[in-house]
Amino acid sequence: MEALELARWQFGITTVYHFIFVPLTIGLAPLVAIMQTAWYRTGNERWLRLTKFFGKLMLINFAIGVATGIVQEFQFGMNWSEYSRFVGDVFGAPLAMEALAAFFVESTFLGLWIFGWDKLPKKIHLGCIWAVAIATNLSAYFILAANSWMQHPVGAIFNLETGRAEMVDIVAVLTNSTLLAAFPHTIAAAFLTAGTFVAGIAAWWMVRLVRRGDAETARDVYRPALVLGLVTMLVSGGGVALSGDLQAKLMFQQQPMKMAAAEGLCATEDGAAFSILTLGDLSNDCDGVVHLLEVPGLTSYLANGDFTSTVTGVEDLQARYEEQFGEGIDYSPNLAVTYWSFRLMIGLGAGSAALALAALWLVRRGRLTDKPWFGRLGLLAIPTPFLASAFGWIFTEMGRQPWVVHPNPDPSGVDGVWMLTARGVSTSVGPGAVIGSMVAFTLLYGVLAVVWFRLMKRYASEGVAATEKDPSPDARRDDPDDASDRPLSFAY
Amino acid sequence: MDLPLIWFLLIAVLWTGYLVLEGFDFGVGMLIPVLGRKDKDRRVLINTIGPVWDGNEVWLLTAGGATFAAFPEWYATMFSGFYIPLLLILLALIVRVVAFEWRGKIDDDGWRAWADRAIVFGSVVPAILWGVAFGNLVRGVHLDADHQYVGTFWDLLNPYALLGGATTFLIFLTHGAVFVALKTDGDIRRGAGRLASRLAVATLLVAGGWAVWTQLAYSTAWTWGATLVAAVALVRLVVLTRQGREGRAFAASAVTIVAAVVLIFGSMFPDVMPAVDPANSLNIRNASSTDYTLTIMTWVAVILTPVVLLYQGWTYWVFRKRISTAQIPEHTGLTFLRR
Repeated sequence: MEALELARWQFGITTVYHFIFVPLTIGLAPLVAIMQTAWYRTGNERWLRLTKFFGKLMLINFAIGVATGIVQEFQFGMNWSEYSRFVGDVFGAPLAMEALAAFFVESTFLGLWIFGWDKLPKKIHLGCIWAVAIATNLSAYFILAANSWMQHPVGAIFNLETGRAEMVDIVAVLTNSTLLAAFPHTIAAAFLTAGTFVAGIAAWWMVRLVRRGDAETARDVYRPALVLGLVTMLVSGGGVALSGDLQAKLMFQQQPMKMAAAEGLCATEDGAAFSILTLGDLSNDCDGVVHLLEVPGLTSYLANGDFTSTVTGVEDLQARYEEQFGEGIDYSPNLAVTYWSFRLMIGLGAGSAALALAALWLVRRGRLTDKPWFGRLGLLAIPTPFLASAFGWIFTEMGRQPWVVHPNPDPSGVDGVWMLTARGVSTSVGPGAVIGSMVAFTLLYGVLAVVWFRLMKRYASEGVAATEKDPSPDARRDDPDDASDRPLSFAY
Repeated sequence: MDLPLIWFLLIAVLWTGYLVLEGFDFGVGMLIPVLGRKDKDRRVLINTIGPVWDGNEVWLLTAGGATFAAFPEWYATMFSGFYIPLLLILLALIVRVVAFEWRGKIDDDGWRAWADRAIVFGSVVPAILWGVAFGNLVRGVHLDADHQYVGTFWDLLNPYALLGGATTFLIFLTHGAVFVALKTDGDIRRGAGRLASRLAVATLLVAGGWAVWTQLAYSTAWTWGATLVAAVALVRLVVLTRQGREGRAFAASAVTIVAAVVLIFGSMFPDVMPAVDPANSLNIRNASSTDYTLTIMTWVAVILTPVVLLYQGWTYWVFRKRISTAQIPEHTGLTFLRR
């Protein structure tokens, strides 16, 4: 393999891995903040116990998200230096803004929250977790602004003299139509992830306690958590679907090749069908594609809201791109990967939201359940939104290929700002260095994933009981100076 | 206004923030096996930086992001050129972050031993390698006419840069020892104070030697000011640690780091990445972003940086009390085996 393929694999591995933890943090921080607010408002101990229980799980997860995030910011320069030179004037700005406006807030106030239980007045302490929750979401906005610009460059020009893209309108970059659809989609997916996580664990515990004869704790502590998780899942599931539809419509305009590939649509069609199952060979050749099962007209409807409209296929798009950008390059992404990642994203996401509906019915009007399959289903549901997010990113990034910066198709939009992925890779870094770093990251990430999973599992299986060893924050006296001799809560 | 110059200064400020703040984090991390014989002592050490290390580390991410936004050519050449040192720094920072956060989650000696190894490794490696990296930036590296790094990994391990690595290693170690003395009470405080006074002498010799070498070989006249400040601060550090005046000693080690950053950036200026063949150097002009981008980023930085300083300063105020083994709870975390 050459440095290019290795660098692409490395980016894929480190990014998908990073994004296992990130959506849980983005969604769980606000949910923990809601739990703590409920405790602050009602004074009910159940919410304090839930805050501490899910707060600990959030912290275990947060650490690995932060650790793997550092790599993300460095590897553009390390493996993709030519890309960095080309886009830095535009792409660097949202990254720097993210650090200054969001990441500082997130990490500083998390420290205050972890160690501030005894030291801060209740209200300020509550403010700290909200600051973390808002900042993690703001962080996502800036990072998605950078990514959306790669999908659909705006607010920039190509400077022939310097040979790079240069920013002319920051507002356009920060209000990119792609971003305005991708942000709610990603955030809703993150809430779906965290909602499923909370609901899944609470469901398992509820069943377990009812079967053990402790229906009281099940009703008092876990049922409210379950309902909070399920409602989050339902609302965010709807949000994912709506924003996803919006995004797909934009994508048909902005990256028609990605959507044609997602549908396995080789030839241009009127009233194009939505394929449920398509087989193809792995040669990435249109000749081998066989549609087995499809819904007539649905792809056209998804593209334009009209069941009979025309959707351009891969072959025609290839001809169009060749005319515009030169021959000798395959402008279509890997068809099998794009097609399947798109379906897995939708299927796993929708499945997770559907589960929430069924579960809400089961626990309607104060009901509990002791059915073991319900508890097990709760646990089994937890990974589905994680996988949906991963496939979503694989789809959107692999579907953009062969471009790293996709050309903006709007003739009145930016001109000349595009880059093939092959041109973006570092020229001064040999395959040996990339393979060495890829092996190092993969091994380390593998070990950390195992440890992370064991920790999460261990703390989840301890339930709210794990929180009782902490000194009660109610012991906090009004004069914080008096607190100095008592044990540190949440201490390392 | 000269925007590339402003951004050169701002990036120097961000690095100053990073090295002063994470400098003592690294020191504390490296001192865990030295000052923390018993587990409770180790937990005191870790808890001195517990609430702040994560916020301190963001200064690095901001410096990286700002370099990307303001000097894309510098970011691209440096990060691809210093590939292996940066890879090692990344691996070190990753294990360090998770070790801090996960160490107390499981109540088991073997578990904690692994976390301690990760913290020490994760602190020693960057403490040395940042010095090596900056040494090479000051000294100049092999760049071709396209500003691509054409040297090898081994070129980076020259005597001057290695002395730079020894310098940052010792400065951070001393800075960390002084910080521990300032933030703890009891035996740990006394031990840290004694260690700091011994480390300060070694730091004076090594860092002083590095500063003079930098000044004579690579720098310009005005940075003599920074060299002088560094020298005075280092001497004060030796004196103050002997007298056990912890607050002032911490100020002295912080001033040493600030002066070292001024010396480093002053020596490079107006280059951001000097080349062995000066014609190929990257400087604040040919590496910078457009004035438009720099103007936007200047507004963002000028508004947000003081706010960051304000709430980070408040964090230090909230956790200003000394801590000792008396405040550390007996058990923290669960065991993998149910009790």
